Amino acid sequence: MKSSYKTFAQMLSSLMIIAVVAAFVLSSVYKLTEKPIAAAKDKRELEAIKEVVGTFNNDPFAEQMTIMTPDQKHKLQFYPARQDGVINSFAIKTFSDNGFGGRLEMIVGFYINGAIKNFKITNHHETPGLGSKADEPKFKEQFDGFNPQKRKFKVRQDGGEIDAVTAATITSRAVIDAIQRALDAYNNFYAGD
Amino acid sequence: MNKTSYENLTRGIIKENPTFVMLLGMCPTLGVTTSALNGLGMGIATLFVLILSNCAISLIKNLVPAQVRIPAYIVVIASFVTVIDLLMAAYLPALHGALGIFIPLIVVNCIILGRAEAFASKHNVWQSILDAVGMGLGFTIGLTSLGIVREVLGNGSLFNYSFLSGEATPLLLFVMPPGAFLALAALIVIFNRVMRRN
Amino acid sequence: MSYLFIFISAVFVNNIILSQFLGICPFLGVSKKISTAAGMGFAVMFVMTLATIVTYLVYYTFLQPFNLTFMMTVTFILVIAALVQMVEIIIKKVSPPLYEALGIFLPLITTNCAVLGIAILTVQKNYTLVAGVCYALSSAIGFTLAIVIFAGIRERLAFSRIPPALQGTPIALITAGLLSMAFMGFAGIGN
Repeated sequence: MKSSYKTFAQMLSSLMIIAVVAAFVLSSVYKLTEKPIAAAKDKRELEAIKEVVGTFNNDPFAEQMTIMTPDQKHKLQFYPARQDGVINSFAIKTFSDNGFGGRLEMIVGFYINGAIKNFKITNHHETPGLGSKADEPKFKEQFDGFNPQKRKFKVRQDGGEIDAVTAATITSRAVIDAIQRALDAYNNFYAGD
Repeated sequence: MNKTSYENLTRGIIKENPTFVMLLGMCPTLGVTTSALNGLGMGIATLFVLILSNCAISLIKNLVPAQVRIPAYIVVIASFVTVIDLLMAAYLPALHGALGIFIPLIVVNCIILGRAEAFASKHNVWQSILDAVGMGLGFTIGLTSLGIVREVLGNGSLFNYSFLSGEATPLLLFVMPPGAFLALAALIVIFNRVMRRN
Repeated sequence: MSYLFIFISAVFVNNIILSQFLGICPFLGVSKKISTAAGMGFAVMFVMTLATIVTYLVYYTFLQPFNLTFMMTVTFILVIAALVQMVEIIIKKVSPPLYEALGIFLPLITTNCAVLGIAILTVQKNYTLVAGVCYALSSAIGFTLAIVIFAGIRERLAFSRIPPALQGTPIALITAGLLSMAFMGFAGIGN
């Protein structure tokens, strides 16, 4: 009986020691990487913003605002791009849940008149080689200068004016859905002002 | 290097190659190899975890009572996986994003617990590291070659360098899920052929 | 998002094995006979649903409030390992026939990456508890469906003449590839 008690104590103590050491190592690595992880994320977003808006010399990241979609369900981030204090374009971080592989996140840039400038998909689970082509210039080019308020902002299959990525209509629809969401939130924000 | 060390090092690369012979760690093998770079990244991440865990387990093998061996090993392995996960998120964010869920799942990669149990818990630190390097490299070679085949056939590129011109369409099937199974089947057939001839 | 959508998507469109590549080891390992495949399927269904509930509660009561989300992998795998052990002991005591049917599969499930994978994905997808349970159960049903169909094909394959070079693993992988191709036909439903 005594020996089984002894092995039990041994089991418990060895597991305890391992757990404590593991917790200590993990928390220190976490502390160490916390800032670089946040910085890497910010850097990726800032690069995406740079890609989709016009020239600017302010810090869109510092001036970001939260705007709401008209149904008040979702919060989107809004980044103004100013050249010498004047807003010439802006970026909105938006998403769609209708992607082929679920959520698709992107940053979309608009000219000040509400026409689209460019977009950059930041996170997606689309099929490589098919849906992932939605982030390539061939598909994106047609969006430059497209004003969703004046033209039919849908894929051709749905009676609109956007050419879907070949064999990836669902992804193309999701891209349009995400951009539309950003635009609705922006209009809602100005209407509420 | 003496004969045993040499054997321990090369075992994982050829005779007991985790990908082609033992069929271990199939989930990441099939899941992340849509490009050569992803395969290489996953292989190296697993290699690191394997070296660290084999090393640590060999060091503590006499301190842990046999009855609680498995939970102890799982904690050690899971901790190293989290360390690698955090480091990749901080310094290789793009690769971290591409590998996604398969990074935490290194914990349940049969190769790692398997080597801890079958090798590191019975051998000294140096031999355990050699074993880990061999197995890890074997796994990396398997994943990278599968990634190369799938990327070349399915996307017309290699290590993100595209060599297809204009309107040529690659065999998309190979970057899609069915292509993973088919490409691996073909590679195993080739591997067996070459091995039998030697 | 409706529960029906989660169900259809997890069972057919994003089948856990054939398109997400989680749980490939049992898929290739215990699929030589329909009966064992079905047994494995039911064991996974049971453990996966239970594990998702427990890990969900652990995540939202301990990890998130104390800012310890980086400990997720370590905690989840330990919780799952302990849970599987406990389920094994309880079933053995309470229902010997059930233990007879599922018992041999339970130890294998701890290292089944599908269980840990779905537990992590449920948290990453920000599901509510009910949606998470629905997601876990649907994924497990998808797992069972895929492994049972696969075992059915393999039972028949045993009687066919297969080129020597393809015997064993290669033909199994090719079969899985064809099955995965068939499941791609479901792509797009629900959108």
